[in-house]
Amino acid sequence: MASAQTLNSLVKTYAFDKSTAERLVEAGFTVTSAKSADKKALMAAGFAGNETEEILLKFSKGKRDAAARRGTRKVVVDDRDFESTMVKVETRDPDLLKKDALLGKHLGEGMLPQRIVRKLVDGGLARGFSDAQLKLAADLALEEYNHAKVDATEAAGIVGAQSIGEPGTQMTMRTFHFAGVAEINVTLGLPRLIEIVDARRTPSTPTMRIFLKEKVKGDRAVATKIANQIEMTLLKDIAAVDADLGSLEIKVVPEMERMAEKDISFEDVLAAVNSVRRITATEEKGGKNPKILVKLTEPNFKNLQKAVEDLKKMKVKGIDGITRLVIRRDDDEKGYILFTEGSSLKEILEIPGIDHSRVLTNDIVQIQECLGIEAARQAVMDEAYATLQGQGLTVDRRHLMLVADVMTADGEVKAIGRQGVSGQKSSILARAAFEITVDHLLQAGMIGETDPLQGVAENIIVGQPVNLGTGAVRLAMDTVKLAKLVKTMPTPVSTVPVVVEAPAMSYEGTAAGSAEPEFAEEPEPKEEA
Amino acid sequence: MSEEVPAQASRFNVLNHVNVPLHEVLTDSEAKEVLKRYGITKEQLPKVRSNDPVVQVLQKQAGSDGLAGKIVQITRRSPTAGTAVAYRLIVEAI
Repeated sequence: MASAQTLNSLVKTYAFDKSTAERLVEAGFTVTSAKSADKKALMAAGFAGNETEEILLKFSKGKRDAAARRGTRKVVVDDRDFESTMVKVETRDPDLLKKDALLGKHLGEGMLPQRIVRKLVDGGLARGFSDAQLKLAADLALEEYNHAKVDATEAAGIVGAQSIGEPGTQMTMRTFHFAGVAEINVTLGLPRLIEIVDARRTPSTPTMRIFLKEKVKGDRAVATKIANQIEMTLLKDIAAVDADLGSLEIKVVPEMERMAEKDISFEDVLAAVNSVRRITATEEKGGKNPKILVKLTEPNFKNLQKAVEDLKKMKVKGIDGITRLVIRRDDDEKGYILFTEGSSLKEILEIPGIDHSRVLTNDIVQIQECLGIEAARQAVMDEAYATLQGQGLTVDRRHLMLVADVMTADGEVKAIGRQGVSGQKSSILARAAFEITVDHLLQAGMIGETDPLQGVAENIIVGQPVNLGTGAVRLAMDTVKLAKLVKTMPTPVSTVPVVVEAPAMSYEGTAAGSAEPEFAEEPEPKEEA
Repeated sequence: MSEEVPAQASRFNVLNHVNVPLHEVLTDSEAKEVLKRYGITKEQLPKVRSNDPVVQVLQKQAGSDGLAGKIVQITRRSPTAGTAVAYRLIVEAI
């Protein structure tokens, strides 16, 4: 069992061919022991020299490589067959793998982001660096990288908030609606940014971008056909609905041209009309075009009016909520893209012919429900960044990453505000300091909550140093050790450490009563002289 | 749902969406190693719900009916770092 698992993991995760993996397992290796095995151990297990190198390369020493190895994944998309769409993870380009391993060797336990590793190796190889030079470059890069990293206990959240907030003040309130791409109305600017961080259930202007399958994306006819399946068609769009006040009947007269445009048959319409409650619809023969005669089960004037309204607004075809659709030819895509007003990711993912792997919506909650929390995190980041960019404001992506991380940390998209992140803080004082102070304090008092005073707001309230930056570091003197240390000193002047008062620097010195601070007194004699 | 039309037949696998990064369930020993490296406990990791569409697919792939308590390794494509690895703890949906 264990060996079967090892075998499986070797083949799947590390992309060994089956025979090599079997040999590794036979030699008694587990994934962990094989990973840590060096050349000698592998040679002892009966692998030839070049084989061991290949094995080592596949495991590619170093944690950073474990991530890098999965850098690109080849995705097999075939939406008709669920089984065949399992993600196939392919190992990266062996060339790149070799390069990463090359530098990994020099970095030792150090960690550098994949992008820097790649850049270093590419630059190094282009300049014909020797092994020693490459090592030096790696060491220097690592040093610089560690230097540039955010310090532990840095108030990253506040820096992020200010970095988004300041450009945010420059966003104009007037850009409520702006004609976006392809005549679809999309909320942009500050209102959109607020919408994103508020994690609203539905954005004010939901919209989707739908790409077509590679094979059909250049075909206008196919695009129209798919569009017809998506765009919601109401009965009033394709037929005239007339009420006969005398006989209390309704006549539905389909317009054949419009129906043909939308790819709807007369039977579809009849079936749809019949699905409305409290009426019976029959086909009325005679005349050029077929008509539908609708009789009410309870014929009276009020019901007639209601039925007419219901019929007019009835959906005949399409997806609920998608009220408008625009087909656009895109040069980058070299084909057609569908833009919609209204969004329904769940149902769009069931439509054949579209490229499901690239469907985009601006409804973050829908993304979370259909594609998961990670896709939602990505969407928060991308949407916020695009909104800021649209206003000509450049905010470092890392700040938005932090926002997205905080919003999605609990496994669902939470708003930054009363209902979400701020309102769910563990500290009562911090919550009370934010909003609805009395309610929070009262509630806490009733259930007898305690506040461990670990956050920022609560420590400011009680007048303590906050748990951030230098305030997060505690220093204590080990007096026993100190005493020992003092004993071992070569020429002990005194065994008791002398505390030297520095009056000029101390608080007492400067604030002491009526006397002028000492440093201020000194210039005076000079003036007199 | 009739037999001729399996509910799963036309389902799109969410793992194939461009915005869904690579998710991998860690074995217990791998999970332990990760926690040791960061010096944290499981509960300090960000969470992912067991009813998350991605976790549902992973569950199906693993053939197990509950992955709660496991850690998923997420290899994201990052505009700043190339690829970045993150971890999430699978928790029962509330």
